[in-house]
Amino acid sequence: MPKKDHILKKRNPVIECHSVYKIFGDNAEKMLKNVDGNVDPKLFQEAGCVVGVNNASFEVYDGEMLVIMGLSGSGKSTLLRCVSRLTEATSGNIFVNGQDLLSMKNRELIELRRNKMGMVFQSFALLPHKTVLENIAFPLQIKGQSTKDSINKAFEMVELVGLDGRENYFPRQLSGGQQQRVGIARSLAVEPDIWFLDEPFSALDPLIRKEMQDEFLRLQGVLSKTILFVTHDFDEALRLADRIAIMKDGVIEQLDTPANIVLNPATEYVRKFTEEVPREKVLKIETVMDPVDDTESLSDLRVLRDAIIETVAEEVLNEKQPVQVVDNDNKLVGMVKPSKVIHILFGKTTSIAQSSASNK
Amino acid sequence: MVELFVKDKRLQLLGLIIIFFILCSIITPSEQNILWRFPALIAQLPILINEFVDYLMFEFMPIEIFDPEIEEYEEKPLFKEITRAIARGILFSIDLIREILLGGVKTIVTFTSWDFVSENKWAYWPALPWTVVSGIAIFIGYTLKGSSLAILVCFSSVYIAVFGQWEPAMETLSFVLIAAPISFLLGLGLGVLGYKNKNVEIALNPILNIAQTMPHFSYLVPVMVFFGVGDHAGAIATIIFATPPMVRLTILGLKNVPIEISEAGMMSGCSNFQLLFRVLIPSARRDILIGINQVIMQCLAMAVIASFIGAKGLGFNLLLALNQLRIGQALELGICIVLIAVSLDKLSLAWANKQKNYFANKSFFHRHKYILIIIFILILGSIVAYLGNFIFRDTYNYLYLIPHNKGITTENFWQAGVDWIWDTFFFKLKVFNEFLIISVLMPMKQAYLSMPIVATFVLVMGVGYIVGGIKSALIVGGFLLFIALTEWYDRALITAYMTTFGVIVSAIIGITVGSLCAQHQLSTKIILLVCDTFQTFPSFIYLIPVIMLFGVTDTSVLIAVIVYATIPATRYTVEGIRSVPESLHDAALMSGVNRIQRWLKIDLPLAFPHMMLGVNQTVVFALFMVIIGAMIGTDDLGQYILKALSDKNGTGNGLVLGLCVAFIGLAVDHLIRTWAAERKKILGL
Ligand SMILES: Nc1ncnc2c1ncn2[C@@H]1O[C@H](COP(=O)(O)OP(=O)(O)O)[C@@H](O)[C@H]1O
Ligand SMILES: [Mg+2]
Repeated sequence: MPKKDHILKKRNPVIECHSVYKIFGDNAEKMLKNVDGNVDPKLFQEAGCVVGVNNASFEVYDGEMLVIMGLSGSGKSTLLRCVSRLTEATSGNIFVNGQDLLSMKNRELIELRRNKMGMVFQSFALLPHKTVLENIAFPLQIKGQSTKDSINKAFEMVELVGLDGRENYFPRQLSGGQQQRVGIARSLAVEPDIWFLDEPFSALDPLIRKEMQDEFLRLQGVLSKTILFVTHDFDEALRLADRIAIMKDGVIEQLDTPANIVLNPATEYVRKFTEEVPREKVLKIETVMDPVDDTESLSDLRVLRDAIIETVAEEVLNEKQPVQVVDNDNKLVGMVKPSKVIHILFGKTTSIAQSSASNK
Repeated sequence: MVELFVKDKRLQLLGLIIIFFILCSIITPSEQNILWRFPALIAQLPILINEFVDYLMFEFMPIEIFDPEIEEYEEKPLFKEITRAIARGILFSIDLIREILLGGVKTIVTFTSWDFVSENKWAYWPALPWTVVSGIAIFIGYTLKGSSLAILVCFSSVYIAVFGQWEPAMETLSFVLIAAPISFLLGLGLGVLGYKNKNVEIALNPILNIAQTMPHFSYLVPVMVFFGVGDHAGAIATIIFATPPMVRLTILGLKNVPIEISEAGMMSGCSNFQLLFRVLIPSARRDILIGINQVIMQCLAMAVIASFIGAKGLGFNLLLALNQLRIGQALELGICIVLIAVSLDKLSLAWANKQKNYFANKSFFHRHKYILIIIFILILGSIVAYLGNFIFRDTYNYLYLIPHNKGITTENFWQAGVDWIWDTFFFKLKVFNEFLIISVLMPMKQAYLSMPIVATFVLVMGVGYIVGGIKSALIVGGFLLFIALTEWYDRALITAYMTTFGVIVSAIIGITVGSLCAQHQLSTKIILLVCDTFQTFPSFIYLIPVIMLFGVTDTSVLIAVIVYATIPATRYTVEGIRSVPESLHDAALMSGVNRIQRWLKIDLPLAFPHMMLGVNQTVVFALFMVIIGAMIGTDDLGQYILKALSDKNGTGNGLVLGLCVAFIGLAVDHLIRTWAAERKKILGL
């Protein structure tokens, strides 16, 4: 797991945020200057201000999916809106592809959005007077593409999200899941590098939500965009994220990989989320891996060190001897004992956290 | 005790009423007593307004303008030139449409000269045969909503043609076709500005309020002064009246566009311009189109009133017929206006609800289907009209244009009907009439007139305070003060008494009928349909049958007021009761409540705030009708407004009188709205 971090760090950050604040209210800027960045929400509230984002710093790397997770009202949308400049951050710096976002002129911003950014909204936000095809072609037409080209491209996108045959429907004739597919297709039509999604699946029924998440993972597998994904659903965050930023009252409480967050919650608040999470769903084989011990004979089965335990548990448990663990190049890096997997599956949570921590 | 008084508003109200009556009894009525009536301190206001208008029109900013007739530069005041230019532009457009519909030479004259036209006999623009106009209208109706609308439009146009009202009807239509688009564009523009800029919206609000509550009549004088007399003046007065609802609906529609939709537009890279025209306005399409519908309705409602300052058409003829007491003819004309109103209303609503369908790769015929069919109708109609020349050799060509009043008429029938009613029921009607006037109206009028001004202030501001605190008290007090300081305070009291009477009766009828009808799905539908239909009738129409039955008396006015003002009371009651959550009804049913109990304990309290908004509308409707009733002869503010119309210096009087009426309406409006908003909040609606 440190290794992946290492790889990420070597990549270029596509989005960089340094000490971003967003405070709603009339003289928020002045107040913020006075307190020198140490925002006490209560103090601000008394002055009639609402703290949306409080000192957020993070990077999103090329091809990475960063999920922002937090309860409703914790400032996730506000943070996302700052990064897409739908609202102006009160203070701080944001860089997109190395360019200073906050000092961009309107024209440059429009260019950036037309070519580099796509966004999906919780309420779908489709244009009610346009058909599926027209909605998807809309960003292209806004860019000035001809009707024919944009409609052709829109046809491609319709196929990509599996809405063939519904091109000429109006949004109101579609189910929520289908509408969000249109929203996704529209946000991807301009082939953006950066993809923002604000609770894209929260308005959907649980079964549809699961289906859409799978679909989303499939798409991301093909497209490898740089993604900032907002959700209030911790399970969703675990399923999708490369890294998770957990927010509370505008503050990013912890930013780490899913496994690290589950194993080492930084604050009491984060720990509450992780308590109920089945370990096998987040932990990778490498967390229960032992160094290869020459005295023990290993089984023939090989599992990837990056594999999530749940997905290989059954196979591992069918073996009597420890199983070989290999990296992506099929090089032996360790072994895993079935007993450890049983421990993860059925043992008590605290002891596992300790045991896997001691394992490191 | 004191604490109880501070908390319980009913107790406060009771105390207020007691104080009011004490004040009423101890203040002696005398012109010198300042507690009885305030001196008319702003009696000079109308004169000042007149002087200002004169200055603006005749002296302000003279500019050099070349006059081709005397071939010299002449000094002309800027403002007058501007208004005259606007007037010419509008008049030209109206004439252009009128001549497309009815034929004529004025448009050709505009580009050439009268001499040219009289020398060249061919220089005459032919009318569209009435069959073509009807055919196109029917076709539009059919494409928008299918055969039901087509039949309605067909019936309307055949009726108009057969009764020989085609020409005035087209005159009215041409006027609507100019006034409505201008109102639409103006309303849309102002609405967008108001949406974009909070300050503009704040500034617009009082202007819109006043424009919507000022009686139609009081616009007429200033419009006449600024723009002269004629169709264009009528159109301008109409535009002033029809624009405010468009502005409101535009702002409302734009505000209702979900923020995420506009964000989606921004993230698609829209510039401000693209965001407005390709995202926001199309998303607000429905509200904006309902605005257009409102505009058309307002235009037709003004058709009669605009004829006071020279607009030609059905309204003008109707006014004439009413003045000559030719009830039968007035009725026929009234039906024509109603038919046009209902047809245009249904057409524009069908358009609002129509969603365009998008299909790639259409064939040539598909793409130009509509134009081709219209051209086909044009050619067919023209051929038929041409053939008509041979059929009707000796009379008028009924297949081309039916000349005014050369159709069939049922006037004699109606006249006989009216005579019969008078002969048969004269005595009964007279008894009823006298009873009403002597036992109800006169005492009520006296009671209103004998309220000392100070008592009125205490009552009005007290109610304001109870309803909405100091702020409301000051607002309604301000409105009252303005009226009290004019020289027409007594007239205003008479207007108030007539309105009160109308509102009370309307509210009782409306709430009863509405409550009964709301009990059933079907009756709900029917009553809403009835309300819809009656609402499209221009207000003037209501005067016709009442004059038929009661002649020219106060009773007629009041009955017209009641009929007209009952519509909103009924509608809002039905809507209010239907919006009571079904789950509450079920809960009530489970606890064994019977119908009457349910109505009293659940429906009424929950629907009451909404019903009060209906009463609010009732007040506005009633005020309008009371003022229009001046036509029949009353002695309230309306009569003075009517007088101002024929006065050369009537501008100031007309405006100040109009403001008086508007302020009565706005004061009530403010009180009821504040109360209803508060109440709805408490009920969690
Ligand atoms: N336009 C605004 N004006 C004032 N306060 C706002 C505005 N938008 C959001 N807030 C406040 O900022 C906080 C964070 O909101 P948001 O970012 O929408 O939360 P989330 O998306 O996590 O549910 C909330 O307390 C919210 O009330
Ligand atoms: Mg949110």
